[in-house]
Amino acid sequence: MIHFRDSYTREIGAELIVYTNDEAVAAGANPYDLGTSKCCNLLRTRAVVDGLKRYGFDAALGGARRDEEKSRAKERVFSLRDSHGQWDPKNQRPELWNLYNGQINKGESVRVFPLSNWTEFDVWQYIHEDKIPIVPLYFAKPREVVVRGGTVIPLEANVKLLPREQPQTVMCRMRSLGCTPCSGAIRSEADTVPKIIEELKAFRRSERENRVIDFDQEGSMELKKREGYF
Amino acid sequence: MAAQPVVLEKAVARVALTSFLKSEGEKDLLRFSTAGSVDDGKSTLIGRLLFDAGGAFEDQIEAVKASKVNRAGAGHVDFSLLTDGLKAEREQGITIDVAYRYFATPKRKFIIADTPGHEEYTRNMATGASNCDAAVVLVDVRQGPTEQSHRHAAIARLLGIPHTIVAVNKMDLVDYDQSAFERVKAAFPGADHIPVSALMGDNVATRSTKMPWYGGPSLLEKLEQLPSSHRFNEPFRLPVQLVIRPDAEFRGYAGQIAAGRVRVGEELTALPTRRTARVARIVTYDGDLDEAIAPMSVTVVLDREIDLSRGGLLVGDALPHQGRRIAAQAVALLPGGIQAGREYLLKHGASLVPARLLSGTLAMNGIGPIEVETTLPLHFDSYRENRLTGAFVLIDRVSNNTVAAAMIETGSGEQTEPLLMKLARGLRRAADALEEFSQGSGI
Repeated sequence: MIHFRDSYTREIGAELIVYTNDEAVAAGANPYDLGTSKCCNLLRTRAVVDGLKRYGFDAALGGARRDEEKSRAKERVFSLRDSHGQWDPKNQRPELWNLYNGQINKGESVRVFPLSNWTEFDVWQYIHEDKIPIVPLYFAKPREVVVRGGTVIPLEANVKLLPREQPQTVMCRMRSLGCTPCSGAIRSEADTVPKIIEELKAFRRSERENRVIDFDQEGSMELKKREGYF
Repeated sequence: MAAQPVVLEKAVARVALTSFLKSEGEKDLLRFSTAGSVDDGKSTLIGRLLFDAGGAFEDQIEAVKASKVNRAGAGHVDFSLLTDGLKAEREQGITIDVAYRYFATPKRKFIIADTPGHEEYTRNMATGASNCDAAVVLVDVRQGPTEQSHRHAAIARLLGIPHTIVAVNKMDLVDYDQSAFERVKAAFPGADHIPVSALMGDNVATRSTKMPWYGGPSLLEKLEQLPSSHRFNEPFRLPVQLVIRPDAEFRGYAGQIAAGRVRVGEELTALPTRRTARVARIVTYDGDLDEAIAPMSVTVVLDREIDLSRGGLLVGDALPHQGRRIAAQAVALLPGGIQAGREYLLKHGASLVPARLLSGTLAMNGIGPIEVETTLPLHFDSYRENRLTGAFVLIDRVSNNTVAAAMIETGSGEQTEPLLMKLARGLRRAADALEEFSQGSGI
């Protein structure tokens, strides 16, 4: 995923700024010792909020869609964040027609979600029709994995095995990308975009089912988003 | 021979439309809002609709079946949990706001704007309904329409939603009795009425066998049949979002077509300058087009240089209205309402201008006529003519929040005059003045 990001930004000549919560990384933050909720807050939420603040961005564009998860189903296309990067879901701005309000006070910012009304199916159809390059993890191939509580976790990026866990090889692909230890693969034979679209048509299970962090507590995503998670 | 251009135009429209729909997944889209309180069974109805139309996933249904909460009673699946029902939201302190849901049938794609029912959430209801083609208002057959049901219908009317469907729910609790249904129908005229039982699935996706007295379609069939709003037969309007000038050779005006169609070679008028120019190219990421229709996003290149920037408008033969004083129907969205005499920022299309509210103080959730005066003239249509160029919002200058939504009244402003006519009128006036002067001075 990171290799794809670097090579693609080079290819289109874009300036890439990477911000990492170095302090947390140096302290060895990981979901096994801290729990998924705390780890996620340090490595993802804090990094986004601090990164945006450091460079003083007024707006950040994200690819989140409303069909992904129930708190996202309620988010505006232009979503206001206070000076701490926090979302106040009880106090969202009215957003009528295509009249988006981008006015902010000093320190505030907006997260903008242009794909809000796209579905997972729409995205894949668009990737197919416009031949958009994508991260190879989305394509099925035999991968070395560990099956943990029903979640298939690829071992490609140094996921550590817990006691008594045995690696195995499974034909699988990622349906949603996140941090390696917390994002499961699905068993799949779909190794091309048309095959993925065919697979989606038959799918009866939701896309974020394998995102461990959505289920660490009730209303999990809403709580994360209030703290500033993308 | 008069019929021929019409036939030709229809054929062109079909080609443009077909290629657009193809890129949109070959299916058209209908957006509808749902409104009703949790007690009307709204969450159950949406849950049932998603389930029966295949818009709910197995893991979500398993989670519902595993839930300790079940308001549907033994032996029934509580479909309301699928949509994160309002009651559950309230109990858990989760936000009450419009939630969007997505599903598709072989005929059509749907977006549901699921809006909360109570008056205090009027702003969320308006947010959800503003882009909809239809409104589904839920009524409990035993109770009949409530103040809330009428409010939903009023907001749908205010926002110009073309179709209102009243789903008369809980028919199972009155033994599918026709007279109970007819009573609700009489109390809530001016809409299409469908008797349903969301819990049992009667007339939701498929037609019920329990109500042979009802000959109409199920709710889903009705939603599949409704005409979706296509704006490509209206006068051409392209609000300019961005002027693209990568080098001295290229200058393109980019935006999403709000209404109508445009072809290469056609003459367009740029507003506010009223200069005219012909379309040289219609540029998109996928290459140039000969024709584009609403709601495509395009970049238009003109055959000569004219003064046009963000906030400007490219229009066809039928010119919009113009003016600094604009009358509208408005709804106040936030605590504090709006006050006559105060200055706000007015957002209309891609333009953002200071404006004073001349009249129309409204309390929160209040609906009524307002008049605003902008610092610069706006070019607009009435909301009835065009939902995008006929709407604006007012933004508070201190909080930056969106405090009111407004729909421009028919007859507001004056017809924009073509530049040549304005020049001709100016010349006439000058000639008259000269004549008067020459007579007065006795030359």
